[in-house]
Amino acid sequence: MKRGKLLVVPAMGWLSLFFALPLLIVVVVSFASRTAYGQVVFNWTLANYIRFFEPLYMTIFATTIVTALGTTLLTFAMGYPVAYTIAMILPKKWQQAGIILVMIPFWINFLIRSFAWVIILRSQGVVNTILLHLGLIQKPLTLLYNDAAVLLGMVYALLPFMVLPIYVSLEQMDKRLLEAASDLGAPPVTAFRRITLPLTMPGVAAGSILVFISSLGMFVVPDIMGGAKSALIGNIIQNQFLAARDWPFGSALSIILALLALVMILLYYKALQAQKGGQAHAKNLA
Amino acid sequence: MQKTWRSATLAAYTLAILAFLYLPLLILTLYSFNDSRINAVWTGFTLKWYASLMTNDRVLEALTNSLIVASITTVVSTVMGTFAALALHRYQYRCRTFLNSLLYLPILIPEIVMGLSLLILFSQTGVPLGKPTLIIAHITFCLSFVIITVGARLEGSRDDLEEAAGDLYATPWQAFRYITLPMILPGIIAGALMAFTLSIDDFVISFFVAGPDSTTLPLYIYAMVKRGISPQINALSTCMMTVTVSLVVISQLLQMKSYHASRKD
Repeated sequence: MKRGKLLVVPAMGWLSLFFALPLLIVVVVSFASRTAYGQVVFNWTLANYIRFFEPLYMTIFATTIVTALGTTLLTFAMGYPVAYTIAMILPKKWQQAGIILVMIPFWINFLIRSFAWVIILRSQGVVNTILLHLGLIQKPLTLLYNDAAVLLGMVYALLPFMVLPIYVSLEQMDKRLLEAASDLGAPPVTAFRRITLPLTMPGVAAGSILVFISSLGMFVVPDIMGGAKSALIGNIIQNQFLAARDWPFGSALSIILALLALVMILLYYKALQAQKGGQAHAKNLA
Repeated sequence: MQKTWRSATLAAYTLAILAFLYLPLLILTLYSFNDSRINAVWTGFTLKWYASLMTNDRVLEALTNSLIVASITTVVSTVMGTFAALALHRYQYRCRTFLNSLLYLPILIPEIVMGLSLLILFSQTGVPLGKPTLIIAHITFCLSFVIITVGARLEGSRDDLEEAAGDLYATPWQAFRYITLPMILPGIIAGALMAFTLSIDDFVISFFVAGPDSTTLPLYIYAMVKRGISPQINALSTCMMTVTVSLVVISQLLQMKSYHASRKD
């Protein structure tokens, strides 16, 4: 064994100790119970997972999935034309600047970005002040602390996540295919529908997975912009670790969340592999 | 003609989306200079919210905490991450799938899960929450990003130069010091900047593993937001945004430069 090979040990050892091991402990704790004082007792029970199927949590889970799906669809509808414009219409030398411009807000804290919307939407906020001054409304509208506000906040937070992968797949696409289509008399809309869209599906899928998974685990946006009734699964987990002090139940919920995320990623890889296989097959035939 | 119309429509749509992304941030910044305490009516330009930050002991303490945690996190994760990236680039490992899972899973797993798993680890092993636990957590989520960033730079660099140095009787250390290190330095700096940005900006994971004496800036902002709206939050948020955006732009410019340099080779 070469000595240089050991350079990988500190980082991987660190990740084993502080990433893999804690996850294993969460799995173990998810099968435990808690005492009246919030202490964890290890007694191998499925009670926490069974509790997840109670109507209360099922409703929250359903709301979380619906919100995540809505966020994914909206970011797709908003993000695809943006990625297309940057990759296909903007001159080459401006493309990188364009995509950085989209990505910069993504780096700013979700907390700060949600708070920016609070400033705009709260009852004494920018929108209500303007509408009141214009005389369009008599008293402030309730724009915040509801499900629509949460959806808005999620779309706002995660939009860049959708744009980047679509941009990458558009950029990598063989543009000669479009010229060929045009030479063969295909109108641009047909060329887009039959060539560009199918070829950029891997990017769309990657963006959708990123947005969907991120919205599943999100608790900052609903915490800041949502009302008491718009709690998502992330807020329930957060609550188990703070107010409720039911760590075993919180652990079970987060294992379900993590498994859901991992299954989505695996499905994505399988689909990608299948598509690559299909493309290789098509090339062999040609 | 039809084509220009289509392009114009798309361009207008994109500008509208960019406005959607940036307007809230601009409004947040604008109101950090507004004299009025309670509502959104503009009553005059002021710097008093910024001035009040400077004299707020708890803000200064949070700033110090953030800087300490981010600096240590950056140094440790950059050194360990660079070593790992070099080794992963150069050698074949039999347990490659396992190493890849360790590398990518921390990025793919929801942040909240990583945060609470560390909280459980620390509490079950009796480690009190504070700056050390915060630093451990931050290093954990920064490592993968550093390894991937440095790794990307290594992929784009040439291996034959180091071999040539070996043929010319350079010791492995000399070959590394004078050939490989200068070549991958932009990647290392980009990785370090990324680690610093991720650390100084992190809220979710810090939320679970910070102790009472280790409030960072994002945690302080969260507490302020929960307590009620005050223009001080706007001022503090604006400061944080400025730092984050500058760091990201610098790191992007470096990566762009290194990308072009590797293309030229």
